[in-house]
Parts: sequence; structure tokens; C-alpha cells
Amino acid sequence: MTRLPEFRAAKWDEPVVMEMGRPGGRGQHFPAPEPEVTEAVGAALIPAAMARQDRPELPEITEFEAQRHYLHLSQMTLGMMGVSLFGTCTMKYNSKTAEFATLRPELAEVHPYQHPDTLQGVLEIMHDFDGILRSLSGMDQFIFQAGGGADAAYTMACVARAYWQDRGMLGQRTEMVTSMQAHPCNPATAAAAGFKVVNLPLEENGYPSLEALKAAVSEKTALIMINNPDDMGIYNPEIKEWVKAAKEVGALCFYDHANFNGVMGKLSARELGFDACMFMLHKTFGAPKAGGGPAVGAFGCTDDLAAYLPTPVVVKSGGRYLLDEDRPKSAGKVREFWGNVPQVVKAYAWARAMGAEGIQLGSDISVVANNYMDKRLGEIPGLARSNPQVGQHRMEMTRWSLGPLAEETGVGTVDFANRMADYGIDPWWMSHEPWIVAEPFTPEAGELWSKEDIDLWIDVVAKICEEARSDPDMVKSAPHNQPIAQVKGDAFEDPAKWAMTWRAWKRKRAGSDAARGAA
Amino acid sequence: MASQMRAHPWMANSAPGVLEAMLAEIGAKSVAEVFEQVPQDHFRKAPLDLPPALTSEVELRRDLVTKLKKNQDCEANLSFLGAGVWQHHVPAIVDEIVGRTEFATNVWGSYQSDHGRNQAWFEFSSQLGALLNLDVVQLPVYSWGCAIGHAMRMSARMTGRAKVLVPALSDPERLSVIRTYCQPREMEGAIEVVTVAADPTSGRLDIGDLKAKLGDDVAAVYFENPAYLGTIETGAAEIARLARADGAETIVGVDPASLGVLTAPGDYGADIVTGPVQPLGVHMHCGGGAGGFIASRDEERYVRAYNGFLVSVVETQEPGQLGFGLACAHQNSYGMRENGNDWTGNSTYLWAIAGAVYMSLLGPEGFRELGTLIVSRARYAAKLLGEVPGVRVVWPDTTFKEFVVNFDGTGKTVAEVNDALRAKGIFGGKDISGEDNGLGQSALYCVTEIHTAADIRRLADTLREVL
Repeated sequence: MTRLPEFRAAKWDEPVVMEMGRPGGRGQHFPAPEPEVTEAVGAALIPAAMARQDRPELPEITEFEAQRHYLHLSQMTLGMMGVSLFGTCTMKYNSKTAEFATLRPELAEVHPYQHPDTLQGVLEIMHDFDGILRSLSGMDQFIFQAGGGADAAYTMACVARAYWQDRGMLGQRTEMVTSMQAHPCNPATAAAAGFKVVNLPLEENGYPSLEALKAAVSEKTALIMINNPDDMGIYNPEIKEWVKAAKEVGALCFYDHANFNGVMGKLSARELGFDACMFMLHKTFGAPKAGGGPAVGAFGCTDDLAAYLPTPVVVKSGGRYLLDEDRPKSAGKVREFWGNVPQVVKAYAWARAMGAEGIQLGSDISVVANNYMDKRLGEIPGLARSNPQVGQHRMEMTRWSLGPLAEETGVGTVDFANRMADYGIDPWWMSHEPWIVAEPFTPEAGELWSKEDIDLWIDVVAKICEEARSDPDMVKSAPHNQPIAQVKGDAFEDPAKWAMTWRAWKRKRAGSDAARGAA
Repeated sequence: MASQMRAHPWMANSAPGVLEAMLAEIGAKSVAEVFEQVPQDHFRKAPLDLPPALTSEVELRRDLVTKLKKNQDCEANLSFLGAGVWQHHVPAIVDEIVGRTEFATNVWGSYQSDHGRNQAWFEFSSQLGALLNLDVVQLPVYSWGCAIGHAMRMSARMTGRAKVLVPALSDPERLSVIRTYCQPREMEGAIEVVTVAADPTSGRLDIGDLKAKLGDDVAAVYFENPAYLGTIETGAAEIARLARADGAETIVGVDPASLGVLTAPGDYGADIVTGPVQPLGVHMHCGGGAGGFIASRDEERYVRAYNGFLVSVVETQEPGQLGFGLACAHQNSYGMRENGNDWTGNSTYLWAIAGAVYMSLLGPEGFRELGTLIVSRARYAAKLLGEVPGVRVVWPDTTFKEFVVNFDGTGKTVAEVNDALRAKGIFGGKDISGEDNGLGQSALYCVTEIHTAADIRRLADTLREVL
């Protein structure tokens, strides 16, 4: 085994900002209104009934103190600055070239209600990127309004609603069919849109059977929502037959392309028969996810569904780019404006920097690297690959289980993840609910990480497996060199203890102090 | 792999020989072999048709900047556009912090390893809670409209009722989102959206119409303060009292930039409060700066109804040390799929960090100064524009930063006026003449701290010139 690097996280003992500062301290001034303004309008402009009387309890710190505090917090954030093989999130390099371009006033200080004549540059980029996604998917039109992958799934549910409403069949087409291992956003958004969710169970081969799907779809089915490959790294080879069976009963077919990285440039959603699909620009297309957005779920569909899209849709007409708001059958907006435009520009930049050949190579590397990882992980005692009966090479990620090691040592996947951070390795991703594999973990190498990075990651896993056997208590009490020790989770579900603001924390702490004082 | 590509700057394993080495280790003869799960007839037939690759930074930057420069922006021009996205000053420190790669990262991390980010999130909620005088603030959802939609669905779950009241003079953009969230009536769980008339003399909610429409079937009353058309809702406490008397929740939308001078909604009876995050240190980003917060009192029935991520401060195993993590995580869609509260996913959490930095920079005095400056200059603008022949300000003395300017007396449409202004480097207010509000040829103007008195005079002088 290679020597593992020593790592110590920054630890600043940083106070909560609400405790900082001094009465009267200032971090930002605003000028007083000009004399002619005050002369013209006077003071006391807020109606008495609505004039704020109290002083908000905000910190009073200097500009430098604010800068230093938040720099300290950034330093106490590992944030994939080591090696992160966080499955399903598809770690990429987020181009600073693209980031800096979007911070220019030509985009950062642009308002979406400006006249289209003043928006030709950004509209051109969105239109060109729409073309790139059309080529990758075979779809006819993309929009970017959805603020994430889940929001794109919601967009699909809303478009399906409008489609069936237009046919007068909304009261009849009431069901959405999906797999029990589909990302939670598919059933959740369909339910939030008012559909009844039908979850198909998995067979031994890792995906629901075609027979189960055929039994589930009917004249009640509004749509099916499905990802492929799934998070186990298993590809459903019957997906064309699935689409055919769903379409035979008239249902719409939505391809959740969250796991696109292994099949970029290789599969076309349209050629497989789907009516619509979505891409996550903050994952697959190299825009930063920013710890949870701003993100973009690019939603694409065929011409048959385009009439129902949320508006506006970027279109080109006679050499000019326009925002088409005139779609009488539109499902309505899922979010204000056209989307997280800077992320679209960053995704466009990624696609241009990669090019067709680079995108193809990226998926090659992703799948080869995952299989390299599978090979090495398979040599570590205590780890087991999910669905062992599926012997074929997995796609760009594989669901693994720490079950054998947990049984042997008592060290579970959460403990293990905490210990990884002590080596400067981001805690691994486990699994969405429900956990159908014991003590799951799901690494994804993607095309970013070098073979050396992957080797280091696996060496750390092997090392922690040894530690779990030699000193399980040490692993279970990890992390040991992070900014803080393990948090006490009991408060998260306890109304007497949880505190989502400093106000609440102070109130509850004072209450418990008083209770202690009385006792 | 026989690629003739140079190793790509973003793909370490594209260097010569690496792929082959990994294949050898696996024991696979070719890349095709690792794709063995995919049936041959699934592989795409249509060749990829993408524009040429720009693998060099120098070419990529040139392409992006050349295209973006075809835009006109609100720095080179003088803009009075608002209505959901507003041009506010963004302190330089905010840009520095949200640009930190540790925060802009793709990774989710853990409570310990990404402690700093979680603390920043908690500080967003804590500081916003101090402005709102409320104890619970969720991490922001996609937008203000989405926040209102979730809040309405919360109220329906909490009350078991299926009707919400909204102002007739609502922003059509937000209202479209609200209607999407409330669903068509054919759907299971649909919520009926009923509008409440405005008092034509003030733009405020018509209390008589509100009383007529309130009842034991109403889940929530929604209003904004300041409202879409800029007016300050002085009847806020009365509306909340009436709603409560009928067992309905009061949902309010507020502009956080106003809270240094306007009463905190927690102090006039609001149950659930929503608002935009963008005024708190986020650039307009062509609408990509949107984000929406949801807040409430700290009562379990509210907390259990949230859809997204609630960050709680907790103790750690080390005495005296604090950490941060997700409270009530099981009730969202990650925990319960279709049985969770609505759904959640990636949202706009980077803007929570922007907001945390912004609020810490302003402090109580900064917010007071900001609010005073905005309302003063906006009233000054309303006054000067009202003196332009043919121009009328609809509700001149009841607004915060936005106000309605009517051009009926000029014989020109808003579109014509805005075209003429644009030729002079000014973006006029949002054209609201097509919005079914009975306000004729009107535009919604927005004035903030970035507009000087001289800017405002330039607008008034230019209007005199072009009308």
C-alpha cells in the first residue's frame, strides 16, 4: 500500500456570527439621501403602522471581520478539495473561465425583463446550447426554467398534466409508474403534481421486470419516469420494450438522465423511444452544484409535447433570438424567469470545451475507471458488490455494501464516511432511501479524477477497513481531525432542542439553564 | 482507445496510456467490453452534431465573452426594472466568498467535514430570522414564487382545507408558479386559488372583499408587504387577525431589503413568511439570482410541514462545541419519497451563503440606512415623474421601492416610451399594461440604493424629452 498523506483540517473555533462584534460596529455604510431628496419628500416616509420600532439583532462587525469569518468557514469546508468520488453527483472540474465570464456585468447585471434586443448574446448562447442538448438526446426543444434535477422531474409531471388536460383526460390518467429505486424526486414530484405513484419492485437482476411494468401500466397511466442505468450501475436492457409497452397504453415516457455520464454520446433518449428527458447541468455538464444550487435541470421533449412547455422558450426567428411567451397550452411556469442562466452558460462552456470527441471520451473514461475501481475494491475483504448475480461490468458507478465488514466489526457506512474525512477524502455517498443494500456506499469516479486519485481513495478505504478490525471504537468516534467532533443527532428530531436560528437556540438554552437552575 | 486527442485539461485519465493501463488491470480487451450491459441496438445511430471543440482556454474565453458582449446591461445603461429581480448593490466581499471553490463545490459532504458551509447556512437562517422576528427559517427554495407555492401547500396540509386567497394585483410571474403548485382542479389534492380585490385608492387589499371570501374552507390568506406594485400594506395586522379568526394561516411575502424600516412580519401576526433571497447580495444574473425563503414560528406543526432543509445548531461530542446539521430530515422527499412533504433537491443554497455574508456586513444600522435611502429616493423619483406632463404616479405616497407610473395622458404606450428611453440608454420600468389590472398604459418602476438623485433627474428629464 502507498503511504497515505497526513491531513489536518483547519480548525478555527470560529464563533457563530451572531456572537461577534460590538455595539455600533459597522461593516457597510450607505449614504444619506441627497439634500434635494430629503427636501422634496421629507423624512418619516413609512406609515406609522408599519414603521419598524425594534432594532434587528444582527451582528455589528467590520468589513474585514466579515471577510475573515467567512474565509474561515470556507477553510473549514472540505468541499472536494481532496478526492471526492461522491456517487450520483458526478464530480467535475468547474471551469473558472466560465465562472468569471458569467460574473461580467454583461451577464451578472442583466435583467430578464430587458428588451430582447439587449439580450441577444445570452439568448444566442442558450439557443446554441439547446442545439447541443438536442443533438445529445434527439429531442426537439429544451428549456432551462427548472432549478434542479428534481424541478425538471416536476416540470415533466406538469407537462404531462397539461398534455392530458388538453385531451380532456386528466381525471382518467391519474397514475405515474416508476421503479422503487428511481431517484426520490421522480415519485415525489409526480405526487406533488397530483398523480398517484406506482412503484415497481426490483428483480434479482437489479431492475423491475418487463412483466411487472406491463401489469402496472393501463389506461390510467399518465406517464412513466425512469432512469437508466440506475445507481447500482446496472443498465436495463429491456428499456426499449418498456417504452413500447407504456406507449401501447398511451402513457408518456420520461427519461431521467441523472446518470448520463456513462452514456454521453452513446445513447439517445429519442432513439430509445422516450418523449422527454432531463439533464443535470450542475452535474454532468460541469456547472458547479454549489453545495445544493443554483442548479439547472434542462428539460427536453419532442415537438408533440413542446406546446405544453413552461414559458418562455428561447427561439430564433429571422436571425434574431426571441423569448416565446405565446404558448396557450403551456403548463404554466414552474419557477420565475428563464432559469439559472449563469449555470446554462457554464454548461455551454463545458460542452464547447469538451467537444463531441471529448464527451465520448469522458463517458469511456467514466465507465472504465469505475470498473477499475470495482476490481480493486473487490480485492478488499469486508466489501461486497450489490447484486452479486450481475457479473457484467457495471456502468459509471457501482452500489457497494459494507455489510460484511459491519457484521464483523460493528463499523457501519456512516462511521466509515466520517473516518474518511480524517484523510482529507470527502465522505462517500451511501444511497437514497430506501436502502435496499445493507450499509451501502456508491462511488463514482467520472472523468475528472486521475488514476492516482482513485488509487489513493481505495487505499484509504482499505486502511479504514484495517482500522475497523484493529480499533473499531476509534473509527466509530471519528472524525478526529476535522473542525468539529461528531454532532449529537438527537436534537434534530426533538422540538425542545432543535434550533433553526440563533434566536431559537438562545431561547431554548435559556429555558434549559433555567430548568437546571430550578432543579 | 485510439483517440488522437491531446490529453484534455479537464480529464487526467485522457493522458496517453492511462485508459489502456486500467483496461489491462480489469482484464478487458477494449473499451467496448466494459459497455457489455448495453445491447448493440441501443447505441445511438445518429452521429453527434456538435459545434467544434474549444479545448483551449484562450478560445473558450473569447467565444463566451464575444457572445456576452452582445448584451446590453444595467451598468452601462440606467435601469428601472424590478418586479421579482432588483438591481441592488452587491458588496465585493460577498462575491469573494460565494466564489470560494469550497463553497461552489459539487460535493454534499458531512456535518463535520463541511462544517464551515453548514455554519454559514445556519447564519443565513439566524440573521434572516432576526430581520423577520421569527425562529424558523428554511434554506431557500428555487424562487420566491416556489416558496409561496410550498407555503400554500404547507397550509393546506396543516388545515386540511383546499382554498387560498391571493391579491388580485399579484405578480403574474409569481402567480403562474403559484397556480402550477396549486394544480388544476381535476388533480387529487388541488388547491383553489381565489383572488381578493384591491382598494383602488391605495392598491392595498380590499378588507371588505377579504371578509366576504374568508371562511372555514380557506387554508391561507396570502399578501405581500410591500406588494407587487410597491404599496406598503398598512392593514397587515388586520388581515392576519381576520384570517386567524377563520382558522386560516396568514402567509406573507416580504422584501428583506425593506426590513430595516418596515415592521418585522413576525410582529404583525404572520404565520408563514416568504420572500426573495436575491436582494441579499445576489446579482440579478438575468433572473438566475432568484431564490426564495420560507420562515415561521417555532411550533412543531409548522416545522413538521416544511418541504426542504432545516439546519439546526446542535452540540457535538466535545463539550462546549457547536455543530450544524439537518433537522427533521426524514419528512422530506429524500426520506419519504412520494409520502414526503412536496419535494426537495438541489436548490439555491449558495445564495444562502451570499445572504449570510450580506446581512453580517449590513448589521442593524446598515439595514436601517438602506431602507431609508431606498424609500427616500423612490419617493423622490415618484414625485419628479409625477411632474412630467401627461405622466401620473398611481399611488404616489404609499410605496417602498417600486411604484406604478401611468402614461395614458401622454397618448403613448409603455412600449413606445420604453423604446424611446432605451435609445437614450435608459431601461424604463416593466410594462404592466397587459396584466389585466385596470391600470391602463402603466409601467412598474423600481428605484434602489444604486440610483442617485442625479440618475433620477436624468430619467425625468429624458422622459420630458421623449414624450
